[in-house]
Amino acid sequence: MLEVAGLTVSYGPIEAVREIAFTVKEGTVVSLVGPNGAGKTTTLNAISGITAASRGRIFFQGRDITRMRSHQRVAVGIVQIPEGRLMLAGMTVRENLELGGYRRPAGEIAASIALMESRFPILAERRNALAGGLSGGEQQMLAIARGLMAKPKLLLLDEPSLGLAPLVVKLIFEIIGELQTAGQTILLVEQNARQAMAVSSWAYVMENGKIVLHGEARQLMSDPAVINSYLGQSISNTS
Amino acid sequence: MNLLAQQLVNGLFIGSVYGLFAVGYTLVFGVLDILNLAHAAVFTLGGLSALWLAQTFGLSIWLAFPAATVLAGLLGLLLNAVAFAPLRQRADSHFSGLISSIAMAIVFEAMALGLFGARSVRFPVGTVKVHIWHIGQSVTITSLQVSIVAVVALLMVVLTLFLKRSRTGKAIRAVAENDRAAMLLGIDVRGIIAFTFFISSALGGAAGILYGLYFDSLAPDMGRSIELKGLAVIILGGMGSIPGAILGGLAFGLSEVLTVAVTGTSNLRDAVAFMVLFAILLLRPSGLLGRARMREA
Amino acid sequence: MEQITQFYAIYGSLINFIGINALLALSLNVTLAAGMLSMGNAAFAGLGGYTAGILTVHFKVPFIVALGGGALMAGIVAVVLGLPVLRLKGVFLAIATLAFGEVVRIAAVNLTVTGGAEGLTGIPNVTKPWMIFLTLGLAAYFLAVLRRSQLGWGLVSIRDDETAAACMGIPITYYKLLAFTIGAMMAGLAGAMYAHLSYLITPRDFGFFIAVDLLIYNIVGGTRVWYGPVMGAALLTALPEILRGIGVAAGPIRMGVNGLILLLVILFLPNGLASLMIRLRPTAQAPEASDHTV
Repeated sequence: MLEVAGLTVSYGPIEAVREIAFTVKEGTVVSLVGPNGAGKTTTLNAISGITAASRGRIFFQGRDITRMRSHQRVAVGIVQIPEGRLMLAGMTVRENLELGGYRRPAGEIAASIALMESRFPILAERRNALAGGLSGGEQQMLAIARGLMAKPKLLLLDEPSLGLAPLVVKLIFEIIGELQTAGQTILLVEQNARQAMAVSSWAYVMENGKIVLHGEARQLMSDPAVINSYLGQSISNTS
Repeated sequence: MNLLAQQLVNGLFIGSVYGLFAVGYTLVFGVLDILNLAHAAVFTLGGLSALWLAQTFGLSIWLAFPAATVLAGLLGLLLNAVAFAPLRQRADSHFSGLISSIAMAIVFEAMALGLFGARSVRFPVGTVKVHIWHIGQSVTITSLQVSIVAVVALLMVVLTLFLKRSRTGKAIRAVAENDRAAMLLGIDVRGIIAFTFFISSALGGAAGILYGLYFDSLAPDMGRSIELKGLAVIILGGMGSIPGAILGGLAFGLSEVLTVAVTGTSNLRDAVAFMVLFAILLLRPSGLLGRARMREA
Repeated sequence: MEQITQFYAIYGSLINFIGINALLALSLNVTLAAGMLSMGNAAFAGLGGYTAGILTVHFKVPFIVALGGGALMAGIVAVVLGLPVLRLKGVFLAIATLAFGEVVRIAAVNLTVTGGAEGLTGIPNVTKPWMIFLTLGLAAYFLAVLRRSQLGWGLVSIRDDETAAACMGIPITYYKLLAFTIGAMMAGLAGAMYAHLSYLITPRDFGFFIAVDLLIYNIVGGTRVWYGPVMGAALLTALPEILRGIGVAAGPIRMGVNGLILLLVILFLPNGLASLMIRLRPTAQAPEASDHTV
């Protein structure tokens, strides 16, 4: 579904992502793990079009989207739920959800909101509250629901568990598990490598802007050498 | 007492025009956090193009008004394309945008001067048929004044509903909140910004037409007198707040006429207003209805 | 020699006004160096001009005392004004200082001692070109030295990141107020010389559009080096003469050219015309990144 070839992203003279290549197959959950500053978020931003690619190509469903603008990528089905959630803080929960479906026909919005509200009851409860007034966990629920409102073909999830209480983190990964069961294609970026790998079928390990390792998530997780050299810190931090 | 009543009525009418002008000003600030100093020049060109349409094509004011409003909106698109869009990626876009809007204000004023000459001009006699109503002994209200307030009120209701309810209106608010989030939601941020400029400038142009009709006089430099007043109004109301701009406009209009009524001369008319502006900036910088966070920009 | 005299007879007043405008542009540059967008320097020039004019006309003081009085008045008002308003940032400071400028202008229109709307007349023409250019030279030297001084570095740190500057122990309020006041005194001095150059001073000489002009001089010339504002002021003050020379009459075209120059500079030369000079000198340091124009 997604194919990235020779992607390089630079900020001025600094190359944050260098010549990476990977694929995400339809219906799978793929994780991108690695230490802070490895270039994971930059990779997601290049796929969603928030950041421009300096070199290389990005294909989505066989179509070259490298030069496509970000709102058009949402229209073709690539939806990013960003790190830090990026709430529309001064708008209500319901308005946030409505805007999640911005690229969908007006007639489908109400039904989708009802679906999201039944799945995340807290959002129904706080329907008319301003998004900025929600707790961190509630905001993350809203961010996920808002992303799903767009009916993504490919969901880019950036650090969904960052800064949340352990109980909420558990809930978030339950939701990701549900989405996986439902056949949602997801590219997941997480520092919480163990839990990310547990819900993924395939994983790529990034370091210093490059992909240094990839393989079946289960296999990588059980390889002590891999854990020691690449994931040691993040695994031990969260176990 | 009757004189005072008349002054209050007049203040209400001119204040509603200030409010309309300020709404366009504040709309762009709310979305972009940038002060568009060319807004007053669009105000002038809006008024002058309505005159041109009425004079050259003999259009009735009911046709010239919307047509000139659309023309002013198109100027807003030009303004965005030339002076704001190219600077958007720059780290100092707040400052450079301010400067390039000054540059466009000068260019627009030069256009007005070149196309319409330096002297003040007026709408052809009979453009608007004016009825005069007497209320009580010495308060008079003209049908023109009533139409002005009605037009302003109508535009404000439509704008408020548009921003609150419509899909595009919500997209404008989303861009104002957080442009990056808006992009990820599939909103064409560049398009929305351009559209915001269109609306803002159309409203500014509409204010120019009403101003020209009210004072029965239009000149290429008429924007100059309202430029600073508009700034005062949006500070008073709170930058980015639409109801604030309307209230600020009315308050400013009333303060002008009251100062004249109390001091008996028009010389101090603006002084009170600017002292109030000054005090507001120091005491309650978020304005009457604004949000505090924007102040740090 | 005769040619020089003749040249001065034709262009003397233009040259003097270039000097005054350059001095005003430099006065604004001092506050811009700290990232403060002050639109009050035109009003400070007005304060200085009126004070000096009144001292000369009504109190018959020597010229040098009048000049000092003008600068001092501007400085005192700057301290009183600066203490409250310098807390504001960006466009809010600009608007507050604009409002101050309007209040000064309206006061000048309404007071009798200032001569009302017609202005203060009968001021002797005693400003000599050497005085203007000596002051300009000193101001330019001050700015060139300032860039390398402790105060200068402090101002640049405040401009780049006020919070970080505070953490580094820079006395922000004091430095900002100092820069604001120095700029105001420079403007006051320029205004005092202006009043004694053109026989009169009117409220129109220091209104909103003059404040905008000072900003334009800085942007067109470039704010990063001392000769930027000087170049901007010289070019734009002489532009009407230049345009007249090539046959463009006053009016819309000249105004449009002014606007276009400003637009082209801000779009394509974010560090002003001065950045062209830097590029032309291979030995000089490379032009600085265009991230902060102020």
